[in-house]
Amino acid sequence: MSTNKDWPLWEVFIASKRGLSHKHVGSLHAADSEMALENARDVYTRRKEGESIWVVESKYIFATNPEDKDSFFEPAKTKVYRHPTFYELPDDVNKM
Amino acid sequence: MLFKYLLQLADNQLILSQRLSELCGHGPALEQDIAITNISLDLIGQARLLFQYATKHDDQKRNEDQLALVRPENEYRNVLLVEQPNVDFAHVIVRQYFYDEFNFLNYSALVNSKDEELAAIATKSLMEVKYHLRFSRNWMLRLGDGTAISNQKMQDAIDDLWAYPGELFEMTADEQVLAKAGVAVDVSTLQENWKEAVLATLQEATLAIPEGTWHQTGGKKGIHSEYMGHILAEMQFLQRAYPNQTW
Repeated sequence: MSTNKDWPLWEVFIASKRGLSHKHVGSLHAADSEMALENARDVYTRRKEGESIWVVESKYIFATNPEDKDSFFEPAKTKVYRHPTFYELPDDVNKM
Repeated sequence: MLFKYLLQLADNQLILSQRLSELCGHGPALEQDIAITNISLDLIGQARLLFQYATKHDDQKRNEDQLALVRPENEYRNVLLVEQPNVDFAHVIVRQYFYDEFNFLNYSALVNSKDEELAAIATKSLMEVKYHLRFSRNWMLRLGDGTAISNQKMQDAIDDLWAYPGELFEMTADEQVLAKAGVAVDVSTLQENWKEAVLATLQEATLAIPEGTWHQTGGKKGIHSEYMGHILAEMQFLQRAYPNQTW
């Protein structure tokens, strides 16, 4: 597996159906974007998990730092009024 | 006659699948290991469809396992190309690419077979083969037009295997009759298209086209290379040691 040292890491996102958003499913190694798509197809969609794949080189993903968790997310905790829970949904709406 | 033709189609998929399955757990990287075993599983699936159909035309009323796993070597009708050893990843890819280009053309034509069941099998298999071709062709380009070492390894594999694809386009007497009836594909008509596609790929991959025009032959008549016995020994062991064993 020494080849993996030279192949960059890619993050894989899969949409299970048209219209649904792409969800992160995991990562893999590949030498280029074409190989990343093919590897993702073989590794993550063998059991009909998806109909669309996005791959992004991991180095292009910027993430929040766990140490910043409090200042980033704590303030939202006490603001229940931001949830639209005070509306009554019509019966026909089932994807909220 | 149809029976023999079905076995011939099935045996190519079966033996190549067996060869690829040897790489399970031994691929050059985890992702390629999975990709190659996926292709192996696709091919065994295609072989099964053909064997299942063949059982309906077998005078001896054998089941699909008996057809796939307990015939003697000289009754297998696969071409010599698919029994060639894996050697290294370059050989695996070149063998696969040579065969995929053929498999794609053959199934594309077989879709129009007057035999409805055969046409349906071809339609289903063709979707898988399109992906196999994409996979192996991309690797041809990536390694051919890669580093000096990868280019050299690919060139060695191409030179080693160049004598084998010619057999894919030979017509047996049975095939000639079935092709006239619109059931089988006249594979001799596919050779030009195959060559055109392969030469274009080699050129794009900066690989040299070998000069040789002579080709190996025998597999379609049941005369196999020395590798075939070893493949069958491993593949047939379980059914021979424990007849009619199932999962």
